[in-house]
Parts: sequence; C-alpha cells; structure tokens
Amino acid sequence: MPAERDWIAVSSQPLDVAAAVAHVTDALAGGIDLFLGTTRQEQAEGGRQLLALDYEAYQEMALKQMQDLARRARARWPIVRLALLHRVGRVALGEPSVIIAVATPHRADAFEACRFLIDELKKDVAIWKKEIWADGSMTWVHPGGAQTADRG
Amino acid sequence: MHVNVKFFAILRDRAGVGQTSLELPAQATVSAAVEALAGQFPHIRQPLQRAAFAVNHSYVHGDRILNDGDELALIPPVSGGSGRFGRSNRCAQ
Repeated sequence: MPAERDWIAVSSQPLDVAAAVAHVTDALAGGIDLFLGTTRQEQAEGGRQLLALDYEAYQEMALKQMQDLARRARARWPIVRLALLHRVGRVALGEPSVIIAVATPHRADAFEACRFLIDELKKDVAIWKKEIWADGSMTWVHPGGAQTADRG
Repeated sequence: MHVNVKFFAILRDRAGVGQTSLELPAQATVSAAVEALAGQFPHIRQPLQRAAFAVNHSYVHGDRILNDGDELALIPPVSGGSGRFGRSNRCAQ
C-alpha cells in the first residue's frame, strides 16, 4: 500500500476540489467517486440564521484516525488512489468542510469505499463543529445534544 | 507521575483552557484522572458525562492505567464533516 497514493490532511486553508480530483486521477482507475461535505444553511427556532461553522480538530489524533480509515478502506476495496481532506477553522455556508475522493478500477467499489470513508469519518474522528449564528450566539454540535458555547 | 491533559470543543470552553497537566499517583487510571480534573474544573462536569477519552491519540476506557508522560484527551461527541448530525440528533437547548 504505497502511502503517497493517499493524500490525508487536516487544513485551515480552503479545500481545493480540483487538486483532490487531480490527486486521485490515475490511468489504472476506471472510476473516481467524489464526496463533498458542505456547510448547510440552518434556521433555528425564533428565526435566527446560521452564518458559518467553526471546525476544531485534535490534529494529531484526527490524522492518525484518518490514516487508519484509509488502511481499513484499502483492505476492503481495490483502491488505486484516495484523498481524505478536512477543513478546520471558520467555513462559510456552502463551502466544503470535507472532501473524500476515491479512485478504483470499477465504479461500484469507488461508490462503496467513498460512502464507507465519510460514514466512518463522522463516527469517531476527533473533529468538532461550532455553529456561529447571526445573533452572535454560538453552539457546539455534539451529537446527542447541542451545547451553548460559553465564549469565543 | 505527570500526565498532560487536552480539552476540546465544549470541554475546552468550560475548562477555560485548552490544556493542563496533572500529578497523579503511579498506576492511576483514566477515570481517576478525570475525577481529579472535574474537581479542578467544576464546569466540565456536565459535558464530561458524555465524553470519551483518548490516551496518546487512541480511544481508551476509563480503567486504562496511565503512564508518566501520557497525553490524556477529553473528547466530547464528535461531529466532523458537514451537517449529517442534524437537528434530529440534538436536544432542545
């Protein structure tokens, strides 16, 4: 499993979709599956509007977990190349916060591996998000219960 | 024994710091460390109830015995990526 075929990163810079696709483009692949997770407009009770999301990562652990996910995916599907990129910091609505790109010889494997990677990434990779609302309030999103941020 | 502690997300906000260090007796468990932290930072008690723990970047259970120099992280429920964990998973505030 050549590591240079996996591009895994947590970055405070805007994610570059074209660069992710370029990374996984390979003559041995017959299909590339690309997933973008983008920040979504939300309206809370009382009509307050979401402005942006702030992502925070436990960088060393998140990278280790993403590398482990790539290994697990490679053990299950014949992946030629993959990219697993996550943004941290403030992300405006509509912008990607996560990119998964998977290239395999045949398309069915690319779809399955991509789905696996995004589902697993969301399960336990050490990355959190905080909702930034137009009224100045902030809410940490911790599945199982949102919690109002005290400061920041 | 000296353990480095990292707080994230709601726990960092509640603790008021991103990291701290703890002096613990030899053979102390993660649970013992967490109890000591809750004593030191009372505002983390409530979100701590749903937190997971990691030692040296891997998830562990509370009965894990700590070693000198370990990095202990308190991990609130994660929400990486975009809004898959939507409203339906949240409690009313």
